[in-house]
Amino acid sequence: MSPRRTETGGRIDRLRTIRFTFDGAPYTGHAGDTLASALLASGVTLFGRSFKYHRPRGLLSAGVEEPNALVTVLRSEVREPNIPATMVEIYDGLVAVSQNRKPSLAWDIGAINQLGGKILSAGFYYKTFMGPVIGPLKGTRFWMFCEHFIRRAAGLGKAGTAHDPARYERMNAFCDVLVVGSGPAGLMAAKAAADQGARVILADLEAHFGGSANWSGETIDGMPAADWAQRVAAQLAGNDNVRLLPRTTVWGYYDGNTLAALERVTDHKEVAAKGEPRQRYWAIRAGTVVLATGSFERPLVFPGNDRPGVMLAHAAERYAVEYGVLPGQRVALFTNNDSAYRSAVALKKAGAAVVAIIDVRGDVSNEMRRLASDAEAELLAGHAVVATEGGKALTGLKVQRFDAMSGSLSGDERSIHADSLLMSGGWSPTIHLASQAGAKAEWDPARQAFLPPKPTQRWIGAGAFTGSFSTAQAIAEGRAAGLQAAGGTASSGPLPVVEAAPGDPDPAPVFEIRAKGKSFVDFQHDVTAEDVRLAHREGFVSVEHLKRYTTLGMATDQGKNSNVPGLAIMAEALGKPIPEVGTTRFRPPYTAVSIGSLAAERFGDLKPERLTPMHDWHIANGARMYSAGLWYRPMIYGLPGETVEQAYVREARATRDSAGIVDVSTLGKIAVQGPDAAEFLDRVYTNMFSTLAVGKARYGLMLREDGLAFDDGTTWRLGEQDFLMTTTTANAGKVMQHLEYFLDVIWPELKVTVTSVTDEWAGAAIGGPNARAILASCVTGTAVDNATLPFMGIVHGRIAGVPVMICRLSFSGEMAFEVYSGAGYGTRVWEALIEAGKPFGLVTYGLEALGTMRIEKGHVTGAEIDGRTTARDLHLDWMLSKKKPFIGSAMMDREGLIAPDRLELVGLIALDNRALNGGGHIVEELDEANPHDSLGHITACCYSPALGKYIALALVKGGKARHGTRAFVSDPLRNRFGPVEIVSNHFYDPDGSRMHG
Amino acid sequence: MAEYSAFSLLKNALAGNKDWKPAWRKPDPKASYDVIVIGGGGHGLSTAYYLAREHGITNVAVLEKGWLGSGNVGRNTTAVRSNYLLPQNTRFYEHSMKLWENLSHDLNYNVMFSQRGCLNLAHTPAQLDDYARRGNAMRHLGVDAELMSVEQIKRLVPALDVSGSARFPVLGGLMQPRAGTARHDAVAWGYARGADRRGVDIIENCEVTGFLRDGGRITGVSTTRGEIRAKKVALAVAGSTGHVMQLAGISHMPIESHVLQAFVSESLKPVIDTVLTFGMGHFYISQSDKGGLVYGGDLDGYNSYAQRGSLPIVDEVMSEMLALFPGLARVRMLRSWGGLCDMTMDGSPIITTGPLPGMYLNCGWCYGGFKATPASGWCFAYTIAKDEPHEFNAPFTLDRFYRGLIIDDKGQGANPRLH
Amino acid sequence: MLITCPYCGPRDVIEFTYQGDGNRERPQPASQDLDAWNAYVYDRLNPAGDHNEIWQHSGGCRAHLRVVRNTITHEILSTAFARGGHKSADNRAEGRS
Repeated sequence: MSPRRTETGGRIDRLRTIRFTFDGAPYTGHAGDTLASALLASGVTLFGRSFKYHRPRGLLSAGVEEPNALVTVLRSEVREPNIPATMVEIYDGLVAVSQNRKPSLAWDIGAINQLGGKILSAGFYYKTFMGPVIGPLKGTRFWMFCEHFIRRAAGLGKAGTAHDPARYERMNAFCDVLVVGSGPAGLMAAKAAADQGARVILADLEAHFGGSANWSGETIDGMPAADWAQRVAAQLAGNDNVRLLPRTTVWGYYDGNTLAALERVTDHKEVAAKGEPRQRYWAIRAGTVVLATGSFERPLVFPGNDRPGVMLAHAAERYAVEYGVLPGQRVALFTNNDSAYRSAVALKKAGAAVVAIIDVRGDVSNEMRRLASDAEAELLAGHAVVATEGGKALTGLKVQRFDAMSGSLSGDERSIHADSLLMSGGWSPTIHLASQAGAKAEWDPARQAFLPPKPTQRWIGAGAFTGSFSTAQAIAEGRAAGLQAAGGTASSGPLPVVEAAPGDPDPAPVFEIRAKGKSFVDFQHDVTAEDVRLAHREGFVSVEHLKRYTTLGMATDQGKNSNVPGLAIMAEALGKPIPEVGTTRFRPPYTAVSIGSLAAERFGDLKPERLTPMHDWHIANGARMYSAGLWYRPMIYGLPGETVEQAYVREARATRDSAGIVDVSTLGKIAVQGPDAAEFLDRVYTNMFSTLAVGKARYGLMLREDGLAFDDGTTWRLGEQDFLMTTTTANAGKVMQHLEYFLDVIWPELKVTVTSVTDEWAGAAIGGPNARAILASCVTGTAVDNATLPFMGIVHGRIAGVPVMICRLSFSGEMAFEVYSGAGYGTRVWEALIEAGKPFGLVTYGLEALGTMRIEKGHVTGAEIDGRTTARDLHLDWMLSKKKPFIGSAMMDREGLIAPDRLELVGLIALDNRALNGGGHIVEELDEANPHDSLGHITACCYSPALGKYIALALVKGGKARHGTRAFVSDPLRNRFGPVEIVSNHFYDPDGSRMHG
Repeated sequence: MAEYSAFSLLKNALAGNKDWKPAWRKPDPKASYDVIVIGGGGHGLSTAYYLAREHGITNVAVLEKGWLGSGNVGRNTTAVRSNYLLPQNTRFYEHSMKLWENLSHDLNYNVMFSQRGCLNLAHTPAQLDDYARRGNAMRHLGVDAELMSVEQIKRLVPALDVSGSARFPVLGGLMQPRAGTARHDAVAWGYARGADRRGVDIIENCEVTGFLRDGGRITGVSTTRGEIRAKKVALAVAGSTGHVMQLAGISHMPIESHVLQAFVSESLKPVIDTVLTFGMGHFYISQSDKGGLVYGGDLDGYNSYAQRGSLPIVDEVMSEMLALFPGLARVRMLRSWGGLCDMTMDGSPIITTGPLPGMYLNCGWCYGGFKATPASGWCFAYTIAKDEPHEFNAPFTLDRFYRGLIIDDKGQGANPRLH
Repeated sequence: MLITCPYCGPRDVIEFTYQGDGNRERPQPASQDLDAWNAYVYDRLNPAGDHNEIWQHSGGCRAHLRVVRNTITHEILSTAFARGGHKSADNRAEGRS
C-alpha cells in the first residue's frame, strides 16, 4: 500500500490492483481509481505544466473542472489529448503521458518563459512582433517568423494522425423528464418523477451516481449518504420507465428542449465488449428538464496559489473519502466560508494531520470553531495565506493577519509547515445549461455567486444549482422538481432525514489576497490578478474584453475555476459591484466533446452513395467511376493501356460510326400528374407544354424567379394529364423543391401532384447510326421505325420481356433513344441491349464521351447553366415563349441581364492543336507573365474525334459577335497559353440531319 | 499615447506595467459630429479610422450598443482571403488583402496577420475545373493563385486524408498563398485605438433608438445616451441592419439575418498550417496560434437574431471535419458560438450612399465580413467623405438587385441561406 | 428546434427546409409591375421578433408549412399548412410527445 493510501474507506477495491503507465513509468492503482487518485496515492505531485510560463502544476480538483492535470491517453497509435486525469478511470494497460513539456515533465525547457516575467503580461503580443517596415522581414514576414516558434511553444496535447478505429454512435431519445446530475437533488427528482409514472432519464457525468453524497460524510435516513444514494440508484435501476446514464455529460441545451449528451461507454475499459461504441452521443428531447447540476468550489487568488499541493478543499475531501487517498500528511486549509471546516474534519478522520485552518473571516461561528477543534486544527481566524513554498511539491506556506473588510494585511508573516494546502473560495452553482438555454444569470450578493436565470425553456432547478447548498434543501427541492416535472402534485410522504455538519452557505466576499508574488486566476492560461488589473488599466473592462484580452476563462476548463474570481478582481479595480462588470453567457458545450462522437455514424461514412441499377455491371466491365454529387458514374470504360483521352475518343468515335450506349439513370425524373399538369408546365417552363401531343417529348428550359437560367431537360407527355419530367442530375432535388413550392404555396389552386421517380426508372441512352437497328432487333411489341417513333416520339414495348418506354431524343447529335425500364430490371434491359448491339459493334461509353459529343453539338449543361447565365447568354432565347408568362419572364429583361458585355456561349477551336483545360480563360492579347483582361472562360473541353481538333465551349464577353475571330487561351494556373478561334457552339452537324435521320 | 514596441514593453515591464494607458478613451458623446458611424464592430471602427487617416475627418463618433467588437468581428473563424470568382469581388477583397499586409504597422498593433495560405480542396474533375476558372480569374486580376496536386497537398497538410478510398477523394486544390488568418479581436482593438488616437470618439453602451430628421434628411440619431446630431450618419451594423433600417422607416431590405456557428477545439500542438476548405460540403478550418482548431460550416439556414445555433449543423460540421481528418476523432470541441450574418440576395456586400439623404449604408457581409474589414472601412470612408463610391465599391449598390446587376459568386440566386 | 407538422407531429428541425419570408406576395403571373416583382424576389421583412415564414417538411411529408417563429428566442408559435384548409398546430400546447 502506498504511503498516501488510507487503510480503509472509499469505494476503491483494494484487492484489485490495476497496472498502468504515466510518462513511461509503471504505476499501480486500484479498481475504482481515477488516474488522478492513483497517481496521487503513489506520491506524484507534479501533473502538468501551464500554458504560458510552463509552471509546474499539481491537481487542483477531483473532477471535470481540472485545469492543470491534463494528459494524453494512448491506445496504440491513437492519441486522445487534453483529458483531465481526474476524469480518466484507470484500467489495466492504460498508457497516459503528460503534455506541453520538453524534454520531460520534471525538466521543462519551456519554464524559461518565467524569466520573461512582466514582459509576457496580458496581451503583450499585440504590442510587439510587428517587425521592420522595410527590408526582407517587412510586411507580415517578421510576425510569421516569430509565429512559427510561438505556435510550437503554444498548444497543449498533440493530436494523432492515425485513423481512429473506434465506433461512435448516436441515440435519439425521448423522455418526459430528463434529470441532469445525480446528487441528492437529482436522485430525489428522478425518483419522484418515476414514481409518478413518467419516463425518466437520469444522467451524471461521473461513473457513480450520488454526487456529493459520495463524499459529504453526511447521513441520510440513518445511513451513510453514499449508501443512501446507492440504494436510491438501485431502486431507479429496477424501474422500467427509468433510463440511467452514468458517465454521461449533458453538454448542450438547445432549442425545443433538445439536449445533447455524451456517454463514455468504453473509455474506462481495457477492451470494449463486442459491438460497444467508444462513446455514444445522445440527442434527448425532454418534456421537462430537472437541472440538479450542483456547484463548483472556487479557488482563492493569492501568491503561489498554483504550487503543486494547493488544491480545492472539497477535492481533497473527495480523494480522501471516495478514493482513500490523502493529498498530504500535513494539511492546511484556507477558506472564506464554512464548507472547508467539514473538509478539515473529513481529512482528519481519514488520517491526515490538519495543521491549521486559515480563515479570512475574523468572526468565525462557534459551530465552526467546534469543527476546527474536532479536526484538531489550529484556527487562524482573520488570517490569510500570503505565500507558498516549495518547488514541484508544497513544503510550506506563510500567513499574515488579514482584514476581510479592507483587504489589508498586517502583522508578521508566520510560516507553517505543510505539504498540502486546501482552499475554498465559496461555491458557484453550475448554471451552464440554464444559461445555454437562453437567459442571463443573476448575481446573488449573499451567496456571492451567479444564480440560475428564470427559465426560458421547460426546466426546473433543484439543489446546489439553485444556490441551496444544504443536502436537506437539495432533497426537498429535488423531490418537488421531479413531481412538478412529471405533472404530479401529490406529496409522497415524509422526506428523507439528513444529518449534516452545520454551516452557513454564504462566504465572505473575499476573492483575492493582494500580496507580493504571482497570484493565479486562470491556472491553465497563466492569467494572474495583475493581468486582470493590467486589462483594467488598458480599458478592457467589460467581461468579454477581459476574457478576450487576457484569455481568462478560455482554457479547457472554460472558466469554471476562474470566471467569478476574475470578475471580482475587475469589479474591485473598477469600484463597481460584480454584476455591473457583466456576466458571461455560457455556450455549448459544458465540457469539451469528442468530435468523433458528434459525427457518430457519419464518421467514415459522410454521405450516402447513390448507385444506378447498372452500377455492378459497370464495375464488372472495367468502368472507371467518378463521383457526381452523391452518384457514382462511369467516366470511361478503358481498355488496357489506354489513356483517358484515348478511351473517350474511341468511345465517342465508335458511337458516331456505329452505336454507343450510356447509363443515364441518374437524370432527375419527376412525375407531373393531374388535370392542371399541362397548365403548370406552361408556367414552369419557358416554352409551351400544353400543346405537346400525348406520346411526344419536348426539350424544356426553366428559369428562376429572378430570370436567370435554372435547369433544362426533356419532358414526356405520357397521357393527357400525365407527364414525366427529366432534370439534370445535379439539380434533381432543387427542381423538385421548386415545383413543390409553387404548387403548395403559390398556386394551390392547380390540381397537380409531383412525385420524384428518379429511383424508380433505369435509363439507358443508345445512339448512333445503328442505334435504331439494334433496338429493332431486341424490342418487341412496338416498331421503332421513323413513322412509329419519330424524333421526340415515345413508344412502349418490351426488351427481354421487360416493359420499356422508349423516347427518341438525342443529346449526342446522333439518332438516339432513351430506354427506360423499372429500376429493378435495369441491368437486364441493359444487358439485352448490349447483346443486341454486339453484331453492330455497340460500345458502352462513359461521361467523358458523353461530354465530348455534347460539346461537339454545343448543348449546355451545368457548367454553362451555372446560376449566373441567362437563356440569351446560352442562345436559348428561342425557347422563351412570348405567348404566356412563365416563372422568371417578368424579371429576365432587367438591364443587367441584357447588357451587351455579358458572357455568351461560344465554341473554341485550339489553333495550336493542343488540349485545352476547363477553367482556362480567354484573352485578346496574350501576356503570359502578367495575364490580364479576361474575356471569359472555358466551361468544357475535349478532343473532338468528329472534328479532329481540340475544342471547347466557353462563355466569352461579346460572344456571337466574335465568331470567326482569333483570341488566346490564357491559363496561367496550368501554364497553357495559345491561340484559339472563336466559333459557334454548334460544331457538329448544326442542322441536325443526323439525329432527325 | 505611447507607441507599442518591444522597447515600450520592456520599459513598462520594468515599471511593473503600471503605466499602460487605456487603448482607447471612453468619452461621453458630444452634441454633434461631422460623421456618426453606427456600429462599433470591425467595419464601423475601420470606417472611422480611415475617415480620419485618409480624409482628415476626425470629428467622428462611433456608436456601439454593447461592448466594442461584440459582434461578428469577434465571432468569426478569422480567415482572410481574396479568392473570389467574380471580378467585382476579387478587386475589392484584393484591395483588402493589400491593406491587411501592412495593417499591423499601419495601426501600430499586431493583428497577427499570418499569410499561411488558403487551400480549397477539389473532389471531382468538374470542381477542379471550377477552381481553375476561379484561380485563373484571380491571376488575370493580378491576384496570387495556384493549383496544387494531391502530392503537394499531402506534404502541406499531412493530417489530411488524401487516400483514394475517401468518400470524396481529394483530386487537387486551389491555393492562395497570400491568404491566411488574423487575430480577430486585435483587429477591432487596433482600429479602435488607431481611430481614437486620431481624435475619433468611440462610445460604447450607446444604442441607437431612432433617427433625427430634417424633412427627408437624416440629421442625427437618438440613443440611449441622448440625441446626437451629425452631418452624415453611416450604418455599419451587419446582422442588425434590418432592425436599424426599420428605425429609419425602411421596413424591407434585400437582406436576411441568419445565424452561423463556429467552433474551437481544445488547444493542440500545430497540426494544420494553412486554411483549408472542403469541396463536397461546407467546411473550413485553420489552427489558431494558441493551438485551437477553428472551424465552421454552413448557416443554420433560417432567420435568426439569437446568436445561438442548432444541433444538426454541429453534427454536420463535425462529420465533414472527420471526412477530411479521420485522425482527429478524439480531439474535442471546446467552444461553439453563433454570429449573425446579414445575408444578401447575391452573397455580395452593400457599400453605398443613401438610401436616405444624409445616410450611408454598409452591410450585407454574409459570412465574409472579417476579411473585408480593412477595405470595407476604407471604401465606406471614401464614400462618406466624397459622397460617391470608390471604384472598388461602385458595384456594391443597393439597387443592383433590382437592376439585375447581381454579383452572385455562388450562382445561387435570391436565396440567402445558400450563399 | 422542434417544428410541429400538422401531419407528422413534432419533428426536429433537421427534417425541414427553410423557404424564407412568408410575407412576400407574388404578383400575378402576367404582371409587368417590375417594382412589385423586385419586392417579391429581393425584399425581406427580416424582423427581430415574430416572423411569418415558410418551411417545407422535406424530410417528411414534404408539405409546406406556414410557421410563426420568434427570431430572437426561436420559439415556434404556430404552424399550419401553407395551402390552408387544414388544421393548424399550436406548438406551445405540445408538451411531451
